[in-house]
Formats: sequence, structure tokens, C-alpha cells
Amino acid sequence: MRHLFPHPMLSATLLLAWLLLAGSLSLNSVLMAAMLAMLIPLLTRAYWPNRPQIRHPLRMVSYLALVLWDVIIANIQVARIILFMPAAQIKSAWITVPVDLPCPEALTLLAGTITLTPGTLTAEFSADNKALLIHALHAPDPDATRDEIKSRYESRLQRIFR
Amino acid sequence: MLSYALTFAIACFAMALILNLIRLATAPTKPDRILTIDTMVINVIALIVLYGVQTQSSVNLDAALLLAMTGFISTIAFCKFLLRGGIIE
Amino acid sequence: MSLGIEILISALLVIGGSFGLIGSLGLLKLPEPMQRLHAPTKATTVGVGASLIAAALTLAWQTGEASWQSVMIAVFLFLTSPLSGLMLAKAHRHLSRPAVPPTGTEAPWAGDTPPKA
Repeated sequence: MRHLFPHPMLSATLLLAWLLLAGSLSLNSVLMAAMLAMLIPLLTRAYWPNRPQIRHPLRMVSYLALVLWDVIIANIQVARIILFMPAAQIKSAWITVPVDLPCPEALTLLAGTITLTPGTLTAEFSADNKALLIHALHAPDPDATRDEIKSRYESRLQRIFR
Repeated sequence: MLSYALTFAIACFAMALILNLIRLATAPTKPDRILTIDTMVINVIALIVLYGVQTQSSVNLDAALLLAMTGFISTIAFCKFLLRGGIIE
Repeated sequence: MSLGIEILISALLVIGGSFGLIGSLGLLKLPEPMQRLHAPTKATTVGVGASLIAAALTLAWQTGEASWQSVMIAVFLFLTSPLSGLMLAKAHRHLSRPAVPPTGTEAPWAGDTPPKA
């Protein structure tokens, strides 16, 4: 089983994605989805040497809900900055966020979250994956922004992935 | 009510495309230009989907999906080109 | 027809259109290149996302078939916009070299290391 399905989660995601793309549950689309879900993880196995360990799938769902909510709030904030704030008053800042996450998947998730949420954008990783460079659109207090990212997102991801 | 909202949304995205064209013509740096093209692709996707709503058919969604994929890949390829001077490593 | 769904779809369409316009306006208005990156990665994504959900609801409501493709487009845009933003930020840093803070660890920023031959 391990040789046939090196990445069960990837296989499941591919199966679901293909069925949603095809938009039907007919026999040929199910067969095609099953074939892709088997072949793609096998062919790309060299690029995924180890499996991510998700300890708490339920917490993952609640994390995604939190992020979705924050995306909506973030957009209202960014829209207000764009529309009503004079350009000279916008205080942009580069912020370094030290991170301590067990696997690259968690780091990718954190970087994506940061880009989609309030006025911040991941610009760079450090070479040893222990820090993120973040650009904040309007951050009068960069330290507070950094602490919020660490307490709000990073601590949750740490609990999910280890 | 739905048709008014639909017209409003289509007008918004059309105006957004015009703003993007102005930005494309006056962009000061190369990453700005790539970003503008990326935004234009996203706006065009929205227009295609809204057109699909107006004509009540889901045929156009395939085109929007393909555009979403090729638009993303071309953005990444442009950035790679700026970063390394080549696309394939 | 049911008024509630119509109000919901109309609200989503208005929100989506406004955010799409605001994102493009931000792209035109904000003064610095890095600030301009913020507008499309956020506002436009949500604008298109709201429009896509509205489209899915409308098609499901009027034709009776769920249209999962527009949901997939929305998911796809949400997954790819952080990556586009990251790559554009890297390209910007590579070309114009703004002053950035240190990493705080021993290693430098990944974009500052020489490429492996």
C-alpha cells in the first residue's frame, strides 16, 4: 500500500479536484480521477520526500475558518487605506518574523496566510527557513504586527503540525 | 434587482480594466508591469464569469479556468525570468 | 422566486465589483512599488472570489445544477495569489535592492544567496 499510495492526502485532494472540475459523477470521470490520483503522486514522488504530519484535522478546519474571516476583515482594512488615506500618511514597513515550524508545508501555509490577511505580504524566506521577511502596507507599530502574527497564526499552526 | 447588481459588477470590472491599462502604460518598473498584467488576467476572469451569469450558461467557465491557470504560470515565469535570466532551471 | 437568495447574490455581486475596482484603483494610486503589491493580491482576489461565488449560486439557482467549476476557480485564485505576490516581491527586491532588516538567524535571506551553479 505504501508503494502504491505514497501520499494518501495528495491522492484524495487530486481525486476531489478532478471530480469538481469535471462537475459530474459519471463513470468515466470517476475512472479518470482515480487514475490521476494514483499516477501523479507516483510520478512526482521524488519531489515529496516526506509526508506532512497533520495531528489535528479538526483544528485545521477551524484554522481555515479563522483565515477566511480574517481575509474579509483584511480586505475592508486595505480598501479603507486605499480609498481614504492620503499617500503621505501610509507608513509601510519591512518586518522580520522569526518562525519555528516543523515542516515546509506549515511554513508555506503561514506565508500564504500572511499574504492574504491584514495589510501584510510575505516577501522572502531566510535561507534556513527560520525567518520570514514581511512587508506591511500600514504598520505604525511593526512589533505589534509581528507579535500578532506569531500569537494568532504561528501558535495555531504549531499545534496542528506537531 | 439581480440584473442591476450584475450590470454594476460588470461596469466595475470594466472600469478596473481601464485603470489597469493606464497603469500598464505608465508603470515605472518591470515588476509593476507584471503585477498589472496579473491583475488584468484576474479581472478578465471575473468578466468572463459574469458574462456567463448574464447568458445563464456555464460554457464559459472552462475558459475562465484555463485563463486562471495560464495567467498564474505566466506570472511566475516572468518573475523567474527577471530573477535568474532564464525560466527553466 | 425567493427574495433571500436574490438579495444575497446581489450583495455578493456588488461587493465583488467594488473590491475589484478598489484593487485596481490601489494599483494606480499607491506611491511605492511594494505598496502596490498589496492591492491586487488582496482586494482583487476577494473581489473575484465574491463574484465567482455569486456566479455559482446564480447558475445553481437558475439552471438547477451545481456549478463546481467556479468554486474551483475561486479556490485556485486563493491558492495562487500568495505565490504570485511572493515571486513579484522577490523580483522587485532583486531589481531595486531596497534596504531590508536582517534575518535574525545565521543564514541570509534566500534571495541574497548566490544561485547554486
